[in-house]
Amino acid sequence: MSEAFFDPRKKQRERRGRIFRWLCLSAVWFAAGSLVILLVKVTADGMPWLSWDFLRNDPSRIPARAGIRSAILGTLWMMALTAFTSFPLGVGAAIYLEEYAPRHWSTRLLQTNIANLAGVPSIVYGILGLTVFVRAFALGRSVLAGALTLSLLVLPVVIIAAQEAIRAVPRSLREASYGLGATRWQTIRHHVLPVALPGILTGTILSLSRAIGETAPLIMIGALTFIAFPPRSPMDPFTVLPIQIFNWAAKPQAEFHELAAGAIIVLLVILLLMNATAILLRNRYRREL
Amino acid sequence: MTERTSGQQPTAAEERGDSIIQFPASETVLTTESLGVLYDGTSAVEDITLGIPRNRVVAFIGPSGCGKSTLLRAFNRMNDLIPGARVVGRALYHGKDLYDPDVDPVEVRRRIGMVFQKPNPFPKSIYDNVAFGLRINGYQGSIEERVERSLRAAALWDEVKHRLRESALGLSGGQQQRLCIARALAVQPEILLMDEPASALDPIATSRIEDLIDELKRDYTIVIVTHNMQQAARVSDYTAFLYLGKLIEYGETDRLFTNPKEERTEQYITGRFG
Repeated sequence: MSEAFFDPRKKQRERRGRIFRWLCLSAVWFAAGSLVILLVKVTADGMPWLSWDFLRNDPSRIPARAGIRSAILGTLWMMALTAFTSFPLGVGAAIYLEEYAPRHWSTRLLQTNIANLAGVPSIVYGILGLTVFVRAFALGRSVLAGALTLSLLVLPVVIIAAQEAIRAVPRSLREASYGLGATRWQTIRHHVLPVALPGILTGTILSLSRAIGETAPLIMIGALTFIAFPPRSPMDPFTVLPIQIFNWAAKPQAEFHELAAGAIIVLLVILLLMNATAILLRNRYRREL
Repeated sequence: MTERTSGQQPTAAEERGDSIIQFPASETVLTTESLGVLYDGTSAVEDITLGIPRNRVVAFIGPSGCGKSTLLRAFNRMNDLIPGARVVGRALYHGKDLYDPDVDPVEVRRRIGMVFQKPNPFPKSIYDNVAFGLRINGYQGSIEERVERSLRAAALWDEVKHRLRESALGLSGGQQQRLCIARALAVQPEILLMDEPASALDPIATSRIEDLIDELKRDYTIVIVTHNMQQAARVSDYTAFLYLGKLIEYGETDRLFTNPKEERTEQYITGRFG
């Protein structure tokens, strides 16, 4: 073959490369730009309302006196209870699936179902929560009913994150343990879980930060009512930040819309703090390993 | 048996053309009978019949993929951990088949310890690495004393005695591997299986491991897998050559390397393949 057989068209190929690069870059700008516009708008609207009183006061029908204390405390209750139920259940399920489950079609079926559940719309979990927790278990519109509903919602994600963390534990470590005459449980307890824990925690926190913004399933179980007081026990009625935001945004007065913007800022800050915790946790344990 | 004068007169076994050495039952700690391992129905090693003599070093050699590691792992039921692995035939340890339904693999692995190809210390302190096996097996004596003895036996004590509480991951590769040996010795196994224990180490660390193997055979029976023929020649008393999942030849190391009986053994040790 001689050179004459090639028609490199180098200019044209390079131009195509440049066009593609600009397309990708504009996609990034579109995504980042809309986020920036949202943040600027929310900050401009809500910032003037942010004050210690805003955090300390309970909601009120008078905008100037309204605050989000009950919503913040409701959110904290909700997150604590959700973590409390979804963490042990999720980690337990993940350990079973990774360490104990036989290689069998039923295990694969289970696994596929969990992956599908992670994609089920949250409103569906709301219907489930209403039927099972609010009505069948007669928990009413309580924090507990809400937390159990959100636990169902995050459970698939927690299970999958924990499974991935457990799977990432090197086989050599397990073999070392088994090779010394350790039982399966001793191996899991002393080697697999400690090494997998940072990954499990990170996954759990990230899935909780998804749950913290959930509104639809809670509305479904009947949480969209005016609650001016924080819950004092798991059986009390509650409100949470996203519901408070929804409440205010639905009102006709502009002041309430600005209050909603203020609450959005608080919610975003809590969310960022949770994500930062997850990242810090992961980095810290990674260094120790 | 006929008298033997420096290999001039062939023994009865040699006259029969046996390329696989037999040991009297009283000298062996482990005997396999037509042992085979299958992964998802595909045979990795098959029909292995050999004896492992007490307080000797036996080396398994052969090209990559010949099944030597798989065979080694069949000796302490490590293959149980691999989904889809199945063992056929028998592996008799003091006359008891390791694969009998009433045999507990956990107990097997305490008596038949293992050192792996890549040093795999736990991400814990040096002390805890050695103490782990003692704790989980309910060791009744002084753990501290046993840790020291094991580290001494693995020729590591002097290098780590001042930093027992530091992470094992701070040790060099060679030290980590000796720690893994100490860890295996701590639970007082009878047999020590070593799966290419020096393949990830530099020449100096390798030579220390080889010296150690020589020391350890006074108290332990050692089976070592190696792809390094010189290493097999240096450390072992007996060598088994495996090829394509079959045992081709098994005999005294000196004899096997100088006067192989099988053509394929000769081709392999002279470097014509592998």
